Amino acid sequence: MSKYIAKRAIRGANALVSEAEIMLKKALAEKGPDTPVAFPNTAYYLPVILGITGQEVETLGQLQEAVTHARNLLHPVPSNRHWTPYLGETLDSGMATLLAAETIEALRFVYKLQPEPFPGFQMAGGTIYSNGNGNGDGMSGHLNGPIDDIQLRSWGIQLVDGRMPGFAAIVGAAKSNEVAVKIVRELQRRNILTFLCGNVNGRSIIHQLQEEGVEMGYDTYIVPFGTDTISAIYALGFAARSALTFGGMKGGQPREILMYNKDRVFAFVLALGEVDDLKYAAAAGAINFGFPVIADTVIPQILPTGITTYEHVISMPWNEIRAADDMERAEKMVQKCIEVRGVKIKIADVPVPVPYGSAFEGEVVRRADMRVEFGGKKSRAFEYLRMVEMDDVEDGKIEVIGPDFADIEAGGYLDLGLVIEVAGRKMQLDFEPVLERQIHYFVNGASGIQHIGQRDIAWIRISKNAADKGFDLKHFGEILHARFHADFGSIVDKVQVKVITDPALHAEWLVTAREAYDYRNRRLADLTDSSVDLFYSCTLCQSFAPDHVCIVSPERLGLCGAYNWLDCKASFEINPTGPNQPIKKERAVDETKGYWEGTNSYAELASHGSVSEVAMYSIMENPMTACGCFECIVMIVPEANGVMVVSREDPSMTPAGMTFSTLAGMAGGGVQTPGVMGVGKFYLSSPKFISADGGFKRVVWMSSVLKKTMAEELKLVAEREGDPDLINKIADETVCTEVDELLAHLEAVGHPAMTMDMMF
Amino acid sequence: MAKKMRTTEQRSIDPATQEMLIRADSLGIGTAFTRADDMAPCPIGADGMCCKHCGMGPCRLTKDGSVGICGATIDTIQARNLVRAIAAGSAAHSDHGRDMAFTLKAVANGEAEGYSLRDVAKLRTVAAKYDIPIEDRAPEEIANDLADLYIAQFGQQKGKIIPVSRAPQKRQKLWEEQGVIPRGVDREVVEALHRTHIGDDQDPEHLLQHAIRTALADGWGGSLMATDISDILFGTPAPVLGQANLGVLQADMVNVVVHGHEPTLSEMIVAASQDPEIIAYAQAAGAKGVNLSGICCTANEILMRQGIPAAGNFLQQELAIITGAVEAMVVDVQCIMQALVGLAGNFHTKIITTSPKVKIKGALHMQFDEHQAMTIAKNILKEAIDNFKNRGEISIPDVREDLIPGFSHEYINYMLGGSYRASFRPLNDAIMSGRIRGVAAIVGCNNPRSQHDYLHTYVTRELLKQDVLIVETGCGAIASAKQGLLLGEAGLDKVGPGLQEICETIGIPPVLHMGSCVDNTRILTVLTQMVEEGGLGDDIDQVPAVGLAPEWMSEKALSIGAYCVASGVYVIFGGTSPVRGMANKVTDSDAVAHYISAGWEEIYGGKLEFVVDPDEMIRRTLAHIDKKRAALKLPEYDPTRFGASGDSRMMELEDLPLAERQAAMYGAAS
Repeated sequence: MSKYIAKRAIRGANALVSEAEIMLKKALAEKGPDTPVAFPNTAYYLPVILGITGQEVETLGQLQEAVTHARNLLHPVPSNRHWTPYLGETLDSGMATLLAAETIEALRFVYKLQPEPFPGFQMAGGTIYSNGNGNGDGMSGHLNGPIDDIQLRSWGIQLVDGRMPGFAAIVGAAKSNEVAVKIVRELQRRNILTFLCGNVNGRSIIHQLQEEGVEMGYDTYIVPFGTDTISAIYALGFAARSALTFGGMKGGQPREILMYNKDRVFAFVLALGEVDDLKYAAAAGAINFGFPVIADTVIPQILPTGITTYEHVISMPWNEIRAADDMERAEKMVQKCIEVRGVKIKIADVPVPVPYGSAFEGEVVRRADMRVEFGGKKSRAFEYLRMVEMDDVEDGKIEVIGPDFADIEAGGYLDLGLVIEVAGRKMQLDFEPVLERQIHYFVNGASGIQHIGQRDIAWIRISKNAADKGFDLKHFGEILHARFHADFGSIVDKVQVKVITDPALHAEWLVTAREAYDYRNRRLADLTDSSVDLFYSCTLCQSFAPDHVCIVSPERLGLCGAYNWLDCKASFEINPTGPNQPIKKERAVDETKGYWEGTNSYAELASHGSVSEVAMYSIMENPMTACGCFECIVMIVPEANGVMVVSREDPSMTPAGMTFSTLAGMAGGGVQTPGVMGVGKFYLSSPKFISADGGFKRVVWMSSVLKKTMAEELKLVAEREGDPDLINKIADETVCTEVDELLAHLEAVGHPAMTMDMMF
Repeated sequence: MAKKMRTTEQRSIDPATQEMLIRADSLGIGTAFTRADDMAPCPIGADGMCCKHCGMGPCRLTKDGSVGICGATIDTIQARNLVRAIAAGSAAHSDHGRDMAFTLKAVANGEAEGYSLRDVAKLRTVAAKYDIPIEDRAPEEIANDLADLYIAQFGQQKGKIIPVSRAPQKRQKLWEEQGVIPRGVDREVVEALHRTHIGDDQDPEHLLQHAIRTALADGWGGSLMATDISDILFGTPAPVLGQANLGVLQADMVNVVVHGHEPTLSEMIVAASQDPEIIAYAQAAGAKGVNLSGICCTANEILMRQGIPAAGNFLQQELAIITGAVEAMVVDVQCIMQALVGLAGNFHTKIITTSPKVKIKGALHMQFDEHQAMTIAKNILKEAIDNFKNRGEISIPDVREDLIPGFSHEYINYMLGGSYRASFRPLNDAIMSGRIRGVAAIVGCNNPRSQHDYLHTYVTRELLKQDVLIVETGCGAIASAKQGLLLGEAGLDKVGPGLQEICETIGIPPVLHMGSCVDNTRILTVLTQMVEEGGLGDDIDQVPAVGLAPEWMSEKALSIGAYCVASGVYVIFGGTSPVRGMANKVTDSDAVAHYISAGWEEIYGGKLEFVVDPDEMIRRTLAHIDKKRAALKLPEYDPTRFGASGDSRMMELEDLPLAERQAAMYGAAS
């Protein structure tokens, strides 16, 4: 700290704790101590309070303890002369501020003042509120408030594998709307998650972005928390939950949680505009997490390191940033933020006339905004990546064969084929689908371009905005060339791209492509656990969940859904010392349950001894552990002699009496819990899905979203299991969320689980 | 006898001291200062070339090749003398520790009037280090077990004293290999006396190995236990505003000065002095109340815990009386000049001895007993108050300075990260980056043979400019306090740019007052924790740190120096070397001096050297720090890279009119 900051932070902390006390007193009087308090869709109660104090706050009355805790952390402001030290005292006061802020937000939820009303606000994906204010669907009329567990987990894999290098908490308002947009774009370009809160004289960066038509929401990586400083607590709640979700920490382990964030969560605070007492106080709280603060105004700098990895507080007075204009200043500012936090960024320079980055992957191009589309109902688009001989590729050659879309009327369509030919000494036929699947992410990264689907059901839209900026067909080639080199440079030496609109050629290549798809399908069908000697480890998440290890086999993909066996194989080629290592199966110990000597010993080694055996095919005996980014949770329903499968996209109650968020606490953190398992959703369709426990027929309940999105795969599974109507016999949340009802349903439909052997 | 009378300025740099020395001269009263001028040190003894361990001597070995009557060589004699001095020092600290342990035992059993277990958290932490069960147990039960364990360390005959387990692993292994881990505190002191008796151990290196073991029994034994227990009984220090120098004496109050080393009685006198009964008693005697202050390490103990002012350091004990304003000087053990009694005869001051171990002829003895501590403390204060009416003319120098003491290692840990992130990481980072070039512990006594407070504060000031963070204890700390170096403000304008950033970030003075001379073990703990935090090597000898005792005089200082060396620290003493020898006259008369430098460094990584010139002390300190930095592959010290932190720019802007200030600060806002 500096004395200047210490004085203001401690003053701000004292004020906010007092405010929390007054608000709590009032709420207790008006609502009573038993009134429930909760943030939406989280298993972590009030997460900062839980993490720091271990207290599981569920009622107003319990908040008293949290506020008392905060009060005890406060200190007097340092004297003007002959002062006593203030660093530890300020950090404690900062923590008090966070506890008070979370208390205040919880109270505001009770009074339906959270999420913050913001009439006319359209969110591009956000926390779903089942009741409360807004219009009830969470898409308009209010800001986001806290991020729910569902989103935290779905971002998990990106946070751990470095695609999403960290988060920025922006507090205040930028110098101008243009600067606000530029700063956010710069962060988006680097795939940095951006949280917005605070204001300067009533004006928030949220207003600025809103006025400029910037889409805010989960889909764009820009989450508007609220327009006051207090809502910054949601960023720290997110941070605390990262440690609880992925780090295997428990509430009441404050030091571990804070150190986890310092070492693994690359976040920083960007203070735009005047910094008042409360902002200093909240910043002191953030510094406890190891998050540095960068301001665009004159504030005292704190450059020594220790609480944070690099500098603690940096002042970059806007007018003193040497640059040609404000746009360049914004760039330099973001650059500095990244430096100060030591955020590792992999960024491919993609030569397209629109902004480019993972943060744009979620963007939607609506029909009205669309210049042209390829695929969908009216046309056919396909994409096909194949390996060819080294001499047959001219690296960087991009051919557009056939007419451009210049002559197509706005909102029109065109057939399209993307043929990518790659060559490389380490390239293998098996890697073709691995690479091809990346096209979706690569193309989507361009702002104003939407990509859905794959293979011959690809569907691509170019927005008017992007077209106006000069985006044309050749840019698909530019994107793919740049990204394949950047991401797969160690297996791909040369890349050339054909962008085909010529009808004859399109038809010709489509046939070739479909032959290849067919071949791959057969290859995948042949690829079984027993047909290979090697499985692969995935310890990508160990940066976040230090004791968890995934073992990925052909018939069991990683629980995050992002890595199957082929992906791991390719990843090992790309980075032989990386997170995906081959595991020799070695002697089979029990092939039914899925024990091999090689997998057991690897699990023990990689989990640092916390797990000694892993059954690949059982949920009941030594199930595989999970980090926290699983797509589904499978959990035994003992009464029904079966299991239920809950999707992370499903916020509803389940027959276990817990929502996904609560269940996730039991499934994650690298701990083996018999009867509970986090899995990737495509594991459901594998013949090896809990095959030791009876297989897919054990599924008695599953989230309806899975039934919908996996209808085709599940249909095949039902046929495979010899019960074509099986999927309809499985209950979902629209059928029941109570065990009694579930049992009645299963009896009524004659679900096979009812007559199977007892699970345990 | 060479008589060289120094001027007042030559005797001390401290204005309060100078003022009182002038007053003493005008009253015709002698002090340690004048006695030092009157009596040159015995030249043979000063060089460590005299043996008086038996009735055949004393033997003076002043010629080349001469030996004692028994045939003892000069190096044997020097080593024996040094071992004895260290044994005495170790005994003094450790006996203090023993008494603390007895007090803890009495408190645990509810037998000590007025005491309580103030710091239960520390009690639990310390007990847990030794696997004493702490869960679901009353503090008294834990304290009783800890007291028993600690008491046992003194009389233990075999094995290892238990606090040694708190040293870095690597260091413990080294001690094990060298066979220097103390078996029991008392045993090592007794053995030291035995070995130095006529006709025993006569191999200097072997003798000096035992010097190390005896010193370790102090640093990682008696002293460490004393500090632990003092914190448990009286609270672990945390920063507090205090004052130092003779100006803290009050003209209109009954002045009671506590002097010596133990906190047991002084803490009780602090409590008693605030008792309404005592205040009323003082007021009835015509005073406003009782004003308590301290001298020497008793001062440090109550200064860092209660903010009770320090009237001065060792050489000011007589001067406090010369003010004429002290009703009673209450003394316990160590560093109490016998001259006090005769001196007090010129004034109304009562010298009250309290320890069963210390009586001084002519002093009033009011024996302290922890079982009736409060009663005795009140009786002592009443004795002082009754004496108020006898006060004559007074002259209190109007010189005092504020200070912020109280840097226990627990607080240092806290201040570097707060309740949740406490660690030594920021300190280690600061050293690794070069903002802090290194750390110097400047400790120890006063010595009238050199200019009072000068060496301490000169070395301190110069090292601060070189970005060396300084920790101090004992009389050295009081010297710096009187110069205003123990204030946050000193961290802004008396230090290099890197250290300034650190001081401003944490809010610390550049000189951290860590307690009394027994509390030097806190420094060992800090060094251990720095090693454990990582980045500065895996043992204390790799840390860029140096220990200095520029104005040493007591045998305790030699014991401290030796245990620091054994712990891996380079230790520089000022003044004369007790093993200096006369190398130009007597061959090998500097062998011991050489051995405790190069020889010990080879074994322990630390060494003990005696350096007279303060600039040479500074030079060697910096050279050693830079050598250790280089060995750790840390960046070379470069102050030009630092200094951009802090409030100075904000403070300039704060002075501007509102509109201008806003434009300057928030130019960005539109």
